[in-house]
Amino acid sequence: MSELRIRGVRDLPREELFAPGHGLCAGCTAGTVVRHLLKVTGRNTVIVNATGCVEVSTTMYPYTSWRVPWIHVAFENAAAVASGIDAAFRVLARKGLVDPSREIKIVVLAGDGGTYDIGLQSLSGMLERGHKVMYVLYDNEAYMNTGIQRSGSTPLHSWTTTTPIGKVLRGKLQVKKPITDIVAAHRIPYVATANIAYPIDMDQKLARGLAVDGPSFIHILQPCPTGWRFDPRYGIKIGKLAIETAMWVNWEMMEGDFRVTTRVPRRKHVKHYLTLQGRFKGLTEEEIEEIQRHVDMEVERINRIVGEEVIGPLVE
Amino acid sequence: METLESPIRQVRVVLNSNYAVAYAVRDVDVDVIATYPITPQTGVVEKLAEMIAEGELDAEMIHVESEHSALSAIIGASATGARVFTATASQGLEFMHEVLHIASGMRLPLVMSVATRAISAPINIWCDYSDLMNVRDSSWITFIASTAQEVYDTIIEAYMVAEDPRVLLPVIVAYDGFWMSHTYEPLYVVDDRSYVRSLVPRRDRVKLDPLKPVTMGSIVGPDWFYEIKYQQVEAMKEAYDIIRDRDRDVGKALGRWYEPVETYNIDDAEIAILTYGGIYGSLLESVDKLRAKGYRVGAIRLRLWRPFPVNELYKAVKGLSTLIVVDRAISYGASVAGPVALEVIATLHRMGAGLDVVNYVAGIGGRPITERDFEGMFELTLKLSRKARELGTLYWGVRGVSYE
Repeated sequence: MSELRIRGVRDLPREELFAPGHGLCAGCTAGTVVRHLLKVTGRNTVIVNATGCVEVSTTMYPYTSWRVPWIHVAFENAAAVASGIDAAFRVLARKGLVDPSREIKIVVLAGDGGTYDIGLQSLSGMLERGHKVMYVLYDNEAYMNTGIQRSGSTPLHSWTTTTPIGKVLRGKLQVKKPITDIVAAHRIPYVATANIAYPIDMDQKLARGLAVDGPSFIHILQPCPTGWRFDPRYGIKIGKLAIETAMWVNWEMMEGDFRVTTRVPRRKHVKHYLTLQGRFKGLTEEEIEEIQRHVDMEVERINRIVGEEVIGPLVE
Repeated sequence: METLESPIRQVRVVLNSNYAVAYAVRDVDVDVIATYPITPQTGVVEKLAEMIAEGELDAEMIHVESEHSALSAIIGASATGARVFTATASQGLEFMHEVLHIASGMRLPLVMSVATRAISAPINIWCDYSDLMNVRDSSWITFIASTAQEVYDTIIEAYMVAEDPRVLLPVIVAYDGFWMSHTYEPLYVVDDRSYVRSLVPRRDRVKLDPLKPVTMGSIVGPDWFYEIKYQQVEAMKEAYDIIRDRDRDVGKALGRWYEPVETYNIDDAEIAILTYGGIYGSLLESVDKLRAKGYRVGAIRLRLWRPFPVNELYKAVKGLSTLIVVDRAISYGASVAGPVALEVIATLHRMGAGLDVVNYVAGIGGRPITERDFEGMFELTLKLSRKARELGTLYWGVRGVSYE
């Protein structure tokens, strides 16, 4: 499959395959993910959606926001459903029941709950079997659809309804699970992280993920105004701050070659990112510094892998 | 069955029921198979893997990492328009449970074989019907076969029924784990596979196609959900007549005739014993023995569990004074613990048939049920008289339990 070349927004098709009128929250950046995703995939695509915010907000019967074929089965099995679709198109093409020249793209769209936690097993199975499916994870770092409960993706000390910041327990006590490293350990052709505040980088990665022969995985940070407790107008700003503080790093790995795609010459302190969000409200200086230390360690690790300082020193 | 009233050549082979499933799946030209190993079903997928590897069957086999994914994968494949199959048993069927309801709710014509087995704990790999009875309310059409021949024929029939546009419900074909899954029997299989394929023609249906986009599996609120589920009620009802038509088609095409309720020596019987699955053969022998002793006794076999054959059962029991239902699963804490007995009692009450129904539970966790056991249940029923009915359920063959 040839790769769509995207150097700027003008390279994106004008056609909107994600119809307006969906029920996502004001300022929700999952809508941004879906809109860009469908511009990159085009019409010749089947979407498999795990249970989650996007699924319930875009398909309230008898309406749908999807102008491409779309299927939802359950929470934990989107990768298995996609595996079945991939196998079906292959055998139906072989038997002459589907035109083999059509090269239909299969894309999974799932949130962090459906990927990090309940869906990890079926995801791993799909990757190991090598299905030609692009798995897009929109990560809002908690079970937002059920009302902000902790997931394996929730960052350290973050408030959720199941990890309150109290006198004894201080938000989530564990760090975010390194899901993309786990996926990369399957040695699939293409793995990338992206961020809605860097749409061209994100769209290029979606295009590369579709072009490889085999499974690909695109992990997108998706700021959530409702669950992260910020003003709906700040979604993109928070996405940018995630990169500038290195709470989030945009990278990709093509056939094992690791590359940071958004360099950060001068890094900001995590407090700039944390203080804009109600979910980190009430943290002590020490707790914020603890988060900073985790970020510093991760930056050091990434720079070591790349072999140069792609993420710079803390300056403000 | 040496001479077949069949329009085509059939070959006599010796297979266990697991392999009989695989032969039928091959003969209907299935496209996608998703499998996960579990005893005693594993022989089905091993044989299918062999058939694919040898080029006898052109299908994609997805070696999934769980039964939950097996069913999910064939849902995806079926939604794409493929003809699909999976097989499981026991814990595997339980692990699928969530997805069973989704498959029928999405109205996909899946076919699955179940080599029935007890459910943990304690872990036990041997036969009973606890697994199958636990999925009773998942809206799958459910056949229970009693011979390897019937298994082969019923898998073919299952595709004829499931893919009928008036039905579009998934189908389970169940048979005894080990007693049938690992026991070899002679049976006939069709020589010319194109003949079987002509019995199950490819039909177009709504599917995932970028040229004609559809949204499948959307969220439905209280304003429409009930109507959508009611369509399943109607489809299940309608499926009954379609199954009867396909029974006749299978009879004409293959020379083997099936009824949802099969009877033996029932016409002059006062008492009959009803059961299901592979132990029916033993029941027939014990009926012969009891007849030789002068008892007017008959046998009834339930072949179709869902949709339940209300009228056929009613016809079969007419004239009986007592019906003994031998169940192979337990509904713990129920008024009558045998799931089939419970259904039979409800049916006969609804139809106004005033006969005594006595329920035995037997064979749990692979405990054998022989001719002698059926005779024993029969004799105990006579001895206990009315008390047998009032007990609700008699647990046959459990150490330390006595009803006398």
